[in-house]
Amino acid sequence: MNPLNNILTYCNEVAFDMNFTKAKQWKAAATDRALIGFLPIYFPREITHAVNGLAVGLLGVGDRKQIIKGDAYYQSYICHLPRGIIELALDNSLDAFDGFIFPSICDCVRNLSGMFKLAEKGKFQRYFDYPQNFDALIGGVFYGQELNKIIEDTYQVNGVKLTTENLNHSIALYNTNRKLIREIYNIRQEYPWRLSAVDTYTILRAGLVIPVEEHNPMLEEVVEIISEERGEPMDNIRVVITGSFCEQPPLGLIKSIEMAGCYIVDDDFMLGSRWIQGDIDAHTEDPLGALTHAYLTDSTFSSAMYDVGNPKGKRLVSLVRDRNADGVIFSAASFCDPALLDRPELQKTCDEAGIPHINFQYHENTGQFKVIKEQAGTFSDSIKLWA
Amino acid sequence: MSTQTKEAIKEKSMIIQKDMLARQFHELSITKETGKKVVYTFVPGNLTELILSFDMLPVYPEINALQSGMRKKSASYIKEAEKMGFSEDVCTYVKCDIGMMLNGNIGPTGEKLPPPDLLLLSYTGCFTFMKWFENLEHLYPGVPVAMLHTPYQEDGRITPDQVEYMVKQLKEDVIPKMEKVSGKKFDEERLAKMMVNSAKAEDLLVRILASAKHRPSPIDAYFAGVYYIGPIFTAFRGTEEAVEYYTELYDEVMERVRLGLGPVTPEGEMKEEKFRLVVEGPPNWTNFREFWKIFYDAGAVIVASSYTKVGGVYDLGFRHDSTEPLESLAKYCMGCYTNMNLPQRVDLLAGYVKDFKADGFLINSIKSCNSFSAGQLMIMREIEHRMEVPVGFIESDLVDPRYFSYANIKNRLESYFQMLGQRKIIMEQETEKIF
Ligand code: SF4
Ligand code: SF4
Repeated sequence: MNPLNNILTYCNEVAFDMNFTKAKQWKAAATDRALIGFLPIYFPREITHAVNGLAVGLLGVGDRKQIIKGDAYYQSYICHLPRGIIELALDNSLDAFDGFIFPSICDCVRNLSGMFKLAEKGKFQRYFDYPQNFDALIGGVFYGQELNKIIEDTYQVNGVKLTTENLNHSIALYNTNRKLIREIYNIRQEYPWRLSAVDTYTILRAGLVIPVEEHNPMLEEVVEIISEERGEPMDNIRVVITGSFCEQPPLGLIKSIEMAGCYIVDDDFMLGSRWIQGDIDAHTEDPLGALTHAYLTDSTFSSAMYDVGNPKGKRLVSLVRDRNADGVIFSAASFCDPALLDRPELQKTCDEAGIPHINFQYHENTGQFKVIKEQAGTFSDSIKLWA
Repeated sequence: MSTQTKEAIKEKSMIIQKDMLARQFHELSITKETGKKVVYTFVPGNLTELILSFDMLPVYPEINALQSGMRKKSASYIKEAEKMGFSEDVCTYVKCDIGMMLNGNIGPTGEKLPPPDLLLLSYTGCFTFMKWFENLEHLYPGVPVAMLHTPYQEDGRITPDQVEYMVKQLKEDVIPKMEKVSGKKFDEERLAKMMVNSAKAEDLLVRILASAKHRPSPIDAYFAGVYYIGPIFTAFRGTEEAVEYYTELYDEVMERVRLGLGPVTPEGEMKEEKFRLVVEGPPNWTNFREFWKIFYDAGAVIVASSYTKVGGVYDLGFRHDSTEPLESLAKYCMGCYTNMNLPQRVDLLAGYVKDFKADGFLINSIKSCNSFSAGQLMIMREIEHRMEVPVGFIESDLVDPRYFSYANIKNRLESYFQMLGQRKIIMEQETEKIF
């Protein structure tokens, strides 16, 4: 097998393992380790890493697990992601986890934090409130307090104290991780045929369940491989996908879009891993302050953040231009209020900028892609025709 | 007997409230002439006293949406918004409001509502609020937005850090924007004075809602409750008028207690109280009367509800405090029902079942509202387990009539009432055996 295939086989195995075997093995290797699950979108994993913890992304169960108990906890008009997460909790797949973080992205995730409290899952269940005020002395102070709560929670689990040196070290490792991911996206922008969107997705998703020390060399190898020519360019259009930041689209959906003649040159599938857009200061006396500063000033745009003054529409259009994309696919989970409530305005901004777009909704366990494939195919054809 | 043939009882408090609302909407319709500034904001975590202290007028888009629902206008407004690209899946309050705006922004009294001079995004207990006002910001370009981020009570309590964060936002962002829009300086003394009135009205409301502990309950704390909370949850908290209204309402309710009377319904007084229920979740507005009728026809009275706590859980002791006005606004916002975590919500509801001696616990799960609905099935299990009362579950929507299936809801409720009836008989038999 060639090296890329080896990486992909491994990533496929770990990224979609709903038993989180690798993460559990990692934890079992020493007594002072903490395993922390976090939900989409963004969580500064550095603060867990620095205290001997592994932050594992819980992105739903997709089509990898049958929902047996979870449906009894959610009405039909609530998105699919939380029922998969509660399924994992109730069938004890998450028993080795010490704590859970629920970022403030929507009311479903917020209330799921309470469900974990009621079900007494983990030693702590922390709702992580993103400040919606971006003044360093107001929202910044609040964000620092939120981070400290999680640091204290983790300390109660494994007794490991946070040090400046450790946090700087962790920040440096995640800077490398983000930088390598940026490189992959940049190479794909020029040569999207060298690594498919499905493979890119799988490699990034694996990074949410294994230690960053293991993920970084893998990414380096991928960068190296795709820096060389491989694959065949096709007569495809180039699209940006937006709206899939939380409940993840099934792999079949991503594949269908590609097969319909669209190169996905940017997306928000693994937005949390790409949330901070540049490097965070890793040589500072105040690394918590550096994380805060990065959140306030260097976050990407997202439906979970208040955008007045820096509208998402404008930022989406810039992204499309930067990536030299032909169009946008609005692809949101059904019943996802944050993504769906943003959609009309984003579409309008695209219209004003002359950017063609289509939209559809999915569930993480959608099994039929025929319609989506046809829609994407027609979109691709129409762009080629008018180009 | 049909609703049309019976004369609805109009108590003095109802007339007072009607007049208050008429005056409010009239005042809103003449802002062009009076020059008064208008602030759009939300019910949970509203800063009414602060807005009024600047002589500005609040408008609550949620109230407009529910009024549109009651006036059977919401279906077309929602369609209008869906044509604009809003998904069928999202909160219908937002769509109804945007549809209403696109249709001329005509308020419940038939008068046109003025556009906002300020969008006060009191981001309390509901994520959708943020999305809603981000959309309004685009529909009213150039109108300033003041964001007040209310931290969630994730630990089941309000911490000093959270209060400080909110007060800083008030001082550094919200108040300066209000000063700019209104052209007036912030007057803390005036705000504090209003809070004395707020606390008086809050005391009275608590006593009014607590009256449902009597048997028979003199009030329905859900269907009539939504009218009782109107003034204090919206434009009148902090005013003399609100105190007068609640004083009158309190006297009326106490008179009913003295006379041993049941609640007033649209078809007159309810004669026999058969079941006492606690209800979680907002009501349906498009078929409000029909919905209520299913209950009073069966002799079911709602003795406590979470919906009447969305604008403040005053029964837990919070009062606006004139000695610390800004801190008190912060605590008020954080204390609202949907800003409480799930274990707190369960404790509150379980307490209602116990204190109000309820026979059952019912959830009206609203399609639109993840803030309420996500997790409700777990709340239901917890209450059933802890309180050992029969639980019921129905589904509807706030203002989208496509999601109110009368036959379905009626069937479900009738089966539920039957179950409550049988349980009552069994329990009575068991009590007889003991004695
Ligand atoms: S898919 Fe959307 S609504 Fe569902 S949990 Fe994620 S952000 Fe919330
Ligand atoms: S989601 Fe619920 S609380 Fe939020 S705006 Fe809609 S109805 Fe109101």
